[in-house]
Amino acid sequence: MTLFGELIAFIVFVLFCMKFVWPPLNNAIEARQQKISDGLAAGERAEKDLQLAQAKIADELKEAKAQAAEIIAQAKKRAEDSVEEGKKRGEQERENIIAAGQAEVQAERNRLREELRKQVAMLAIAGAEKIIEREIDKNAHSDIVEKLVAEL
Amino acid sequence: MAAEELTLQSHIQHHLTNAKMCNTEAGIAFNKACSEAGFWTWHIDTLAWSIGLGIIFLMIFRSAAKKATVGVPGKLQCFIEMIVEFVAGNVRDTFHGKSKLIAPLALTIFVWVFLMNLMDLIPVDFLPAFAGWVGATFFGMNSHDVYMKIVPTTDINMTAALAIGVFMLMIGYNIRIKGVVGFIKELTLHPFSSSNLFVQILLIPFNLLLEVIALVAKPFSLALRLFGNLYAGELIFILIGAIGLFQLPLHFIWAVFHILVIVLQAFVFMMLTIVYLSMASSESH
Repeated sequence: MTLFGELIAFIVFVLFCMKFVWPPLNNAIEARQQKISDGLAAGERAEKDLQLAQAKIADELKEAKAQAAEIIAQAKKRAEDSVEEGKKRGEQERENIIAAGQAEVQAERNRLREELRKQVAMLAIAGAEKIIEREIDKNAHSDIVEKLVAEL
Repeated sequence: MAAEELTLQSHIQHHLTNAKMCNTEAGIAFNKACSEAGFWTWHIDTLAWSIGLGIIFLMIFRSAAKKATVGVPGKLQCFIEMIVEFVAGNVRDTFHGKSKLIAPLALTIFVWVFLMNLMDLIPVDFLPAFAGWVGATFFGMNSHDVYMKIVPTTDINMTAALAIGVFMLMIGYNIRIKGVVGFIKELTLHPFSSSNLFVQILLIPFNLLLEVIALVAKPFSLALRLFGNLYAGELIFILIGAIGLFQLPLHFIWAVFHILVIVLQAFVFMMLTIVYLSMASSESH
């Protein structure tokens, strides 16, 4: 009889275990295994992403540095150019100013010479008038005087 | 105490006798009155301890299963899961079919047998003496007439029940996988077969004899292995307990050794169950 009792108990225990004990435990274990493997895969992926990002950063940094160097070089060149240009322009200006001055001086000299000539002519005429006053009619000889003045 | 002299033999005898209950013409009777009842006796200590341990096992595992989370498991869940995974791994490695029954069956066998074997490590006199005291104090019995054998696996009925359960499953799987005809063919046409029809018919009795013996030997070996190991272990515990003061180191050594034995026997029972069922459900012979 003990045999049958134990047999029934055995069957009941196994059925209980099969229905209520094994599935939840096994499910939990399998679900956790899945989760862990997912987590590991995600970690690996993240690491790969990180490496990619770092490579990208390095690339961009290099590019930025190159760009900066280029900009600096350009700026330097432009500064040099503008200094050169300024110098050139200054020189031009100086030449212009000098030329203008010279022209002015020339014009003044011409004017003065003209004036001087006129005055000399006047003086000559006055002298001549005084000399010739008595002998010559002023009106009769004015054309000769004028010709003289023009020749001076 | 008992009026009769306590000899070593009666002491051992007492320890190895189950508490019995049976129906007699006068009604329900106990222990010595049941000596005539033979097979139709209830071994109430075996039943109570084994079913109690089975319920403890299921309660612990059920509570862990109810609270099982996918996230970080608690300590109890961790421990339970270790056992479950161990059993599941063994089943996966050995049983190459799909069955929802095998793994829980293996788990039940492993843990239940282990717990029953574990009772072996409780010092041999504690519980029988306590039962005797209870019997003498509350029921006015002679304490030597109170029997209490606390290790269910030292009762051949217990191990035989387990083995018969497994045996029924073996037959069930055989029939389910191969069909009735296939099962009968396997019993009759192997291992000796011939292309000559007449010779084949002649060979059937031999084949049947061999195969049936091979089949029936499996539950017998299961039952007797577990029973024999645990019975012998218990007997040696009792003998060591009987030698007086010098038992302490001996008892310790034997107990340490026995820790190995009880786990191993539970494991062997489980493994063989899986192997037998795997054989029963595999097509090729």
